[in-house]
Amino acid sequence: MALTETDVTRIARLARLHLQNTEVPALQTELNEVMGLIEQLQSINTEGIEPMAHPLSAIGDIGLRLREDRALPTNDEATREHFMQNAPAREAGVFLVPRVIE
Amino acid sequence: MSRFLKEFPTIRAFRQALGQGQFSAQEAASTLLQEIEQNQALNAFVDINKELTLAQALLADKQLTVGADSANRVLLGTPLAHKDIFVTEGWRTTAGSKMLRDYLSPFNATVIDALNAAGTVSLGKVSCDEFAMGSGNEHAAIGPVLNPWDHEVVPGGSSGGSAAAVAAGLVLGATGTDTGGSVRQPAALCGICGIKPTYGVASRFGMIAYASSLDQAGVMANNADDLALLLDAISGFDPRDATSIETCHGTANAPGRILADYNKCLQSYVGDKPLKGIRIGVPKEYFGQGLNNDVATAVQAAIAELEALGASRVDISLPNTAYAIPAYYVIAPAEASSNLARYDAVRYGHRTSEYSDLEDMTARSRTEGFGAEVRKRIMIGTYVLSHGYYDAYYLQAQRVRRLIAEGFQTAFANQCDVILGPVNPTVAPAIGSVAQDATAEWLGDIYTLSVNLAGLPGMSIPCGFAPGHRGQPLPVGLQLIGNYFDEGRMLAIAHTYQQVTDWHTRRPGGAA
Repeated sequence: MALTETDVTRIARLARLHLQNTEVPALQTELNEVMGLIEQLQSINTEGIEPMAHPLSAIGDIGLRLREDRALPTNDEATREHFMQNAPAREAGVFLVPRVIE
Repeated sequence: MSRFLKEFPTIRAFRQALGQGQFSAQEAASTLLQEIEQNQALNAFVDINKELTLAQALLADKQLTVGADSANRVLLGTPLAHKDIFVTEGWRTTAGSKMLRDYLSPFNATVIDALNAAGTVSLGKVSCDEFAMGSGNEHAAIGPVLNPWDHEVVPGGSSGGSAAAVAAGLVLGATGTDTGGSVRQPAALCGICGIKPTYGVASRFGMIAYASSLDQAGVMANNADDLALLLDAISGFDPRDATSIETCHGTANAPGRILADYNKCLQSYVGDKPLKGIRIGVPKEYFGQGLNNDVATAVQAAIAELEALGASRVDISLPNTAYAIPAYYVIAPAEASSNLARYDAVRYGHRTSEYSDLEDMTARSRTEGFGAEVRKRIMIGTYVLSHGYYDAYYLQAQRVRRLIAEGFQTAFANQCDVILGPVNPTVAPAIGSVAQDATAEWLGDIYTLSVNLAGLPGMSIPCGFAPGHRGQPLPVGLQLIGNYFDEGRMLAIAHTYQQVTDWHTRRPGGAA
């Protein structure tokens, strides 16, 4: 099934990518080439086959290891500052973003 | 090639000379930093920090003088480079992307910590394809890395900077990551050795995520013995990585496991037929259409060499091999679209200068920060996971993934101990030659992708040369695929091969 220009615009919006209208046709061609490759999967009979989410599940059941559910100490100011050093905009220990509530 | 690495091309020889006081770790590091400077044209290194390198070398020198307990620390002073996908304190981490151009990690990846603790000396960070997406190291924000064998061809990707740095003799080893072949393929195209272990053996903590169920750390070096030493050091359970495994067939996942297996195998590989009893599976699907004839000849000669060492050849079939490409290019982009959603221009990463609101800021920042290949894969991933398509594409790909993994398990259970074949269908292509077609670059991964889908260990060692695009000789890699946790045996087989061949000692410019 070929992707339309509307599909491409919709996917870009879902992926949080900003597309110029002029870019859509070229991207549409490129993505359709990729989908042509991917469509080969439809011809494979996988009836009764369980999807394999974890590569080692071929040799046994792999459970997700969860961490203990407990409160951890809050970082002190110096540590927080260290972790926030790459933020594009910050002030007084918070990340700054454009206003979202008018 | 530097004085140190030409004279002492193996980690053990380097370490011995260091221990005998023939040079200090600081002298080695200083010389190599100069060599790196002189080899800037390769575009392999993306960040160098002389002070930090020399501080690590000084520490290694101090530990050398401690005495008895340092004798076992074989990696002490070993000069390494780290793929720019592992986060590092001190050296910038960019993942080859404009998105993380000035990123300074507040912590080290577990793999980096493990190698630092072993006393290695980092010479800096080396280039990679953006977010490890690529097969030629042409998708890095700073431009392509050149192959030391010929500056007109790619070094392979995505760990191309790592492979080029080792091949050029600027370091003794390097870290890499392998999501669809990104350690094995650049190792092959640069004429060095590389291994990725079983999924979960090395920690993914601090490895910038591309496709979480496929990404695995690996190492690259000049020979199989060096790989064994480096891989052993980075293996181990890490509670900070939810995909890290605690035991390998009942043995603790910890440093020492791989070397113990490796040494045990080597002790049993004796006589003039050391590999007697080893069954080599050769999949017919790895020698079909698309494989360059000269590459095939080199690989078959390597298999014959292993037979001469006593191994027996078994022709096998992995019938789902062709489906590895479509399955991979559903699963990897799906996971990438999810992993790369974290780049929202809020907590870190590039932020655009002009925007109207929060969503516009995120979208414009991502579009400016990500390169074309990354945006393409995010789009594919978003589409295959979107409402109405998840079952048809993503779940179907995960079912095919199981078929591929079961194919390997059938072969290992009934027919062979290790699987051999080519790494790449061709030698290194010319820079820019695969850019025209949206999927052409992906098709070269046909022999490596299945290993990641199945989570198996895989390695590449040099096995000959074949003519490049101008007829020039370029390295060919032999791929060894093992069963789960069989890294030690694979390395021992490779080491045994390297005792009777010299492909791994050939270096660009004719230096052995």
